[in-house]
Amino acid sequence: MAAEASRSRWSPLTLLAILLAAAVMLAPLIWTLLLSLKENEALIGNSGAALSPPYTLENYRSILQGNQVFRWLVNSIIVSGGTTIGVLALCSLAGFGFARLDFPFRRTLFIFVLLGLAIPEQAVILPQHQLFADLRLHNSYPGLILPGLAGPFGVFFMTQYMRAIPKELDEAAMLDGASRFTLFWKVLLPLTMPAQATLGVFTFLASWNAYWWPLISATRSDMYTLTVGLAAAQMNYAQTSGLGFLMAQAVFASIPIFIVYVLFQKQIVRAMAGTAVR
Amino acid sequence: MRGGADRRDWSGLLFVLPFLTAYLIILIYPLLSGMALSFQRVDLFGGGRFVGFDNYARLFADETFVRSVLNTFALALMIVPLLTVIALSLALALNRATRGAAVFRGVFFSSSVLSVTIVTLIWRFVLAPDAGLLGETAQAIGAEPIPFLSHPTWSLWALAITTIWWSVGLPMMLFLAGLQQIPGDVYEAAALDRASRWTTFWRVTLPALRRTLVLVVMLQTAAQLQIFGQAQLLTGGGPGGSTRTMVLFIFESAFARWELGYATAAAEILFLLIVLITLTQYVTTMRASEGEDGR
Repeated sequence: MAAEASRSRWSPLTLLAILLAAAVMLAPLIWTLLLSLKENEALIGNSGAALSPPYTLENYRSILQGNQVFRWLVNSIIVSGGTTIGVLALCSLAGFGFARLDFPFRRTLFIFVLLGLAIPEQAVILPQHQLFADLRLHNSYPGLILPGLAGPFGVFFMTQYMRAIPKELDEAAMLDGASRFTLFWKVLLPLTMPAQATLGVFTFLASWNAYWWPLISATRSDMYTLTVGLAAAQMNYAQTSGLGFLMAQAVFASIPIFIVYVLFQKQIVRAMAGTAVR
Repeated sequence: MRGGADRRDWSGLLFVLPFLTAYLIILIYPLLSGMALSFQRVDLFGGGRFVGFDNYARLFADETFVRSVLNTFALALMIVPLLTVIALSLALALNRATRGAAVFRGVFFSSSVLSVTIVTLIWRFVLAPDAGLLGETAQAIGAEPIPFLSHPTWSLWALAITTIWWSVGLPMMLFLAGLQQIPGDVYEAAALDRASRWTTFWRVTLPALRRTLVLVVMLQTAAQLQIFGQAQLLTGGGPGGSTRTMVLFIFESAFARWELGYATAAAEILFLLIVLITLTQYVTTMRASEGEDGR
């Protein structure tokens, strides 16, 4: 990066363009927030009322007073948390195996796993749905979590990371008579914490926002994740609750993810840049 | 274990086995059974019957399906170039070590962490002519609001705009990462040659970003060919099928008409299209760059 360019000020024209783009970016978010702060009755036939007071927290109070949204939030936390823990466990073990150990067919198996990166969700989702129906796993937490564990990206990611750690560590530990699992657990795993954080945040976000699979697997409303629940809410919107309440649900549903975003901004950006190296 | 120093033995396989099991059962088996399924007629009561290429033949004769393929291509052609240019412009403008630039990067990436259902919920009430932000704005300045969601010519643009707003963050970040890789002395040399900023961009920056550019276009094409949630939630594929995408067609065939074999055949065609298109993009751009290096 040119050091000179990086510190220079924006020209007025560039700054204007950036501000304009930022306004386009933020206006829908602010509009949503304003709508969520209005009484439902005030918005009927006149959503422009959102631009002026009075504002109220009434819609948020209704959410907190035992609404299904709360249940969906819990489901989302269980599913995303479970997926993240599962992915980290499976991918760390596999990454260690592929990167640090030698066994017959290691290269062949690794290539076989890498080929999976080219499989889009669409090519497997319908037969997956059939498989999970046969196993009677729909409308259950395992049914929502398991498909997230089969993706090969995490294995690729952890293998790359573990390969970069100096091999001398293994040899020293092996001389001390450490078993392979001790080597993995005591020596390597602590060194991969940055990679665990990156892969973990990435998996959590992807799982939290997943739509296709939970839409077809969780068909009972008490098993909905937030993402699917909000889809149902907006489809039934006309008949049921008001616009303000609907938008309050959207804001409520995005709060956890924005918290994750703010806390883990560095990891998210690193995960994104990681796809570039691929 | 045969020798302490020789670690080539089967026990290493134990570490890989848990993932491999999940991979085989949940990804590879469905991939193969999907291919088999696409040659069967499966109805609500299960039980497939082998019908050869019948599903595929029916698909090519099915106007709704052909229309969905064309819609999907149209959407990808609307979204990918615009998204790439916007993301690159933002990256160029925000590739600075100032606080302001960092804040703006955060602003443009913020929408990317939202789920598709939140995004469509937000945009439905931006685009809706009667209750939306755009409608209200149009009314305020005395203009006729554009019927984004209910008019066939506008509805595809509604999906395109929503998608660009949602997904501009990732390609911007990729371009920023690419820009960071360009060594500063290249620019110093360009400055010594008194190259204009425009020339510097075309001769230095863009060639250096070629790999990132190919990656962004490939990732985005693959992603946009699979557009689903936006079409299902914002327009429901309408009006008049003008926004029914391939994945929405697959979804409807499988879960509204319960024609699992037929839907799977459509999914296999989409799979093939994605592989062919991204592979073509990769091969042609790599060949083009080889040609330039050899000059």
